[in-house]
Amino acid sequence: MSTPHPFSLGVALDGAGWHPSAWREPSSHPADLFTAAYWVDLVATAERATLDFATIEDSLALQSERFLVGDERTDEVRGRLDAVLIASRVAPSTSRIGLIPVATVTHTEPFHVSKAIATLDYVSEGRAGVQVKVSARADEAAHVGRRAHPGDVLVDDPAFRAFVDDAFEEAADAVEVIRRLWDSWEDDAEIRDAATDRFLDADKVHAIDFEGRFFSVRGPSITPRPPQGQPVVAALAHAAVPYRLAARAADVVFVTPADAVHARAILDEVREAERVVAREGEPLRVIADLVVLIDTPGGETGPDRLARLDALGRPLASDARIVAGSASTVADVVDDLAAAGFAGVRLRPGVATDDLPRIADDLAPELRRRGLIEPTTRTTLRGRLGLPEGFPSRYATPVA
Amino acid sequence: MTTRKQIILAAYVGGVNEHTAWEHPDAGSQIDFSTFRHVAQTAERGRFDYFFLAEGLALRARDGRIFDHDIAGRPDTLPVLAAIAAVTEHLGLVGTLNATFNEPYELARQIASLDHLSGGRAGWNVVTSFDAYTGANFRRGGFLPHAERYVRAEETVATVRELWDSWAADAIAADKDSGVFLRDGRAGEFSHHGSQFDIEGRFTVPRSPQGRPVIVQAGVSPQGRDFAASTADVIFSPYSKLAEGKAFSADIAERAVKFGRDPEHVKILPSAGFVLGDTREEAEEKARHILEQQLSDRTIQVTFEQVWNRDLSGYDLDGPVPDIDPDPEAPTFIQGRAFIFQDRFQTVRTWRELAEQRGLTLRGLAHEVARGPGYVGTPEQVADQLDTFVQEGGADGVVLGSHVVPSGLDEFVDRVVPLLQERGSLRTEYSGSTLRDNLGLPLPDAATHLASTH
Ligand SMILES: Cc1cc2nc3c(=O)[nH]c(=O)nc-3n(C[C@H](O)[C@H](O)[C@H](O)COP(=O)(O)O)c2cc1C
Repeated sequence: MSTPHPFSLGVALDGAGWHPSAWREPSSHPADLFTAAYWVDLVATAERATLDFATIEDSLALQSERFLVGDERTDEVRGRLDAVLIASRVAPSTSRIGLIPVATVTHTEPFHVSKAIATLDYVSEGRAGVQVKVSARADEAAHVGRRAHPGDVLVDDPAFRAFVDDAFEEAADAVEVIRRLWDSWEDDAEIRDAATDRFLDADKVHAIDFEGRFFSVRGPSITPRPPQGQPVVAALAHAAVPYRLAARAADVVFVTPADAVHARAILDEVREAERVVAREGEPLRVIADLVVLIDTPGGETGPDRLARLDALGRPLASDARIVAGSASTVADVVDDLAAAGFAGVRLRPGVATDDLPRIADDLAPELRRRGLIEPTTRTTLRGRLGLPEGFPSRYATPVA
Repeated sequence: MTTRKQIILAAYVGGVNEHTAWEHPDAGSQIDFSTFRHVAQTAERGRFDYFFLAEGLALRARDGRIFDHDIAGRPDTLPVLAAIAAVTEHLGLVGTLNATFNEPYELARQIASLDHLSGGRAGWNVVTSFDAYTGANFRRGGFLPHAERYVRAEETVATVRELWDSWAADAIAADKDSGVFLRDGRAGEFSHHGSQFDIEGRFTVPRSPQGRPVIVQAGVSPQGRDFAASTADVIFSPYSKLAEGKAFSADIAERAVKFGRDPEHVKILPSAGFVLGDTREEAEEKARHILEQQLSDRTIQVTFEQVWNRDLSGYDLDGPVPDIDPDPEAPTFIQGRAFIFQDRFQTVRTWRELAEQRGLTLRGLAHEVARGPGYVGTPEQVADQLDTFVQEGGADGVVLGSHVVPSGLDEFVDRVVPLLQERGSLRTEYSGSTLRDNLGLPLPDAATHLASTH
């Protein structure tokens, strides 16, 4: 039996790669990390691999060893550019791959995020998404300065937990606003009717009048409804609270199963979260993250590469499962995840400039041989993820 | 031969206004990327200095109802500019971003990111629109009193510059052998505690190619002028006639000297349109037709309602100028427009006198005070008018918009640009790679300072 929607394969791009010493590899060009050419190259390789999407990491704080606090390390990549702008810069240079930048919705205005992603959808002609990120870091709050933060308290401190719970509630509201703004212009709002001297049909442009616990936003957007109508919303999640955010607000959730048992447990938890929030419509696409280090044609195996890189500085530690081995080893893991019911896999290349070419030249052909991924004629990101396309704005009155 | 002043040219896509004729048979999409790509590539072909986008953060409304007769709907500024960076090589990319509805950390990282992604072509037009109507679109809500908008704007720009300066030019060693990526483990550290912002930490974006992207300012009140003269590299001005342009330039020069700056480093560009014909008569006929299209009955009414701040729908456009006074106390009747009438009563008084002197109806007055399409004539005449305006000190160049999007600029580039180049008033090739190079602006002090001391 065929699956109800395609199995999706994507890549997560972050600096030189997900190994802290990735930048020291011979193939790496760390001095170029902040140039357009570097990102165009990476995404072109991902497109050559026929991947469905590339996500681009971002944060309002510098990269750090620990999850919530900054550091002063000098032996790892520090510094990054705004991911929405990287995606926009890359868009005209690519033509098929979905582009999903990370945006921190805790500190950014939903109005700004909404029109930025709508615009990414225009410049990429229907390939835009956004991975919404919640900020719980004290340093990020201090960068923006508007918001009280409980400060450097322990993660299980009640004040911190209340802060985080609220931040996730607020993020769900932010996504609701972002989505309503995308719908605030109906598709045919622009009429250019010279007879009545009307460029717009004002009845087809809607205030969203959002009033929530944390803020209110009036709308409509200044940007007309984007080509996909609703660009794809994704979130990375590891626990019940973020699963609920994803179930309430996202189309796609990236999760981090450690093994087969954990993988089944996560799927159950996500489905439970969908029930708890009474999600309607399309089920969440649950996509598993894997860090990959693939054997090179030169004969160095994935495990050897990993060991060598680990010895250079800080060893790789990851929330996501690390798979080091041949393309066929990685394909086996992907196969198992597909069989377990995941809608796709997002690969985090250990070394961007080594593992992306391996994905394109070895892994993707292997997955095609196994029938796990198929050539697609779909040109929008929604289409590639098997999400409905061409539906009207929520504000449109159905034609009788 | 004496060297001629180089005309600075910026290309502007009329996004949301009544100057763009959407009824024109050649009028294309106002939102598709192909439109922006076309205009930008045409501007680069014409060796323009930069591409420019305005900003409006709320759809315009009349008495609470969305306007339906002017062009509306625009993309977000920065993502479009980043995408244009992919399809151009030399053109500067200047975006209008509000200092009231954005925070310094996000502005600094977005603009510095654009500067990296474009190889040093980013600029920021700082505007200070402040109304509650726009504020309702933001979670922070609210707005600033008119008098405080420049207090916030000045501190925003100063803070953004502190962030841009927080990485030394050579902070990144990226030395694979020694394993040193950063020379300084505290690169990007900043701390700003002022009346508007109380922020500290570390900035995420390494020093960008221009160090400090170009600052453009628009706003003409005395505070706006001081802000521009003390801070801006370029001023987007509303003064396109020679006499007023010279007066404005002189005023800005005087203020710049007061702030210890070289007036040569503050470029002034008014906005301008153009209409070309094979003969002067043909061009004037075309211009008249365009003006009529632009000044539809509803546009005229709204233009006056903006100044009167009242419903004027009961007044006949072919009758006299309304004899009632403006109502500055009422809620804003025309919402979401950045408008620049300093004194409503004075404006109305001047207009009434003008109408009486010349026996004008309301419609006649609208045609009289409309800025119109700007430079009108044969290509030779337009080149001459523009060159004379710049050489005689009216301004340093113009921000050129066309009434037909996206193809309108083609005619200017094909027919007028070669004439300006023949006169030696416009480059035939780009000489550098950054926006500062295009504009002939020096690298900022802090950039040179950091580069030499670290
Ligand atoms: C030539 C010119 C262009 C402007 N463009 C914009 C714009 O694109 N977006 C905006 O919000 N405000 C724009 N403004 C408004 C200014 O930012 C400013 O808010 C307004 O002029 C009030 O400031 P002032 O009292 O100093 O003139 C523009 C003003 C001028 C003079």
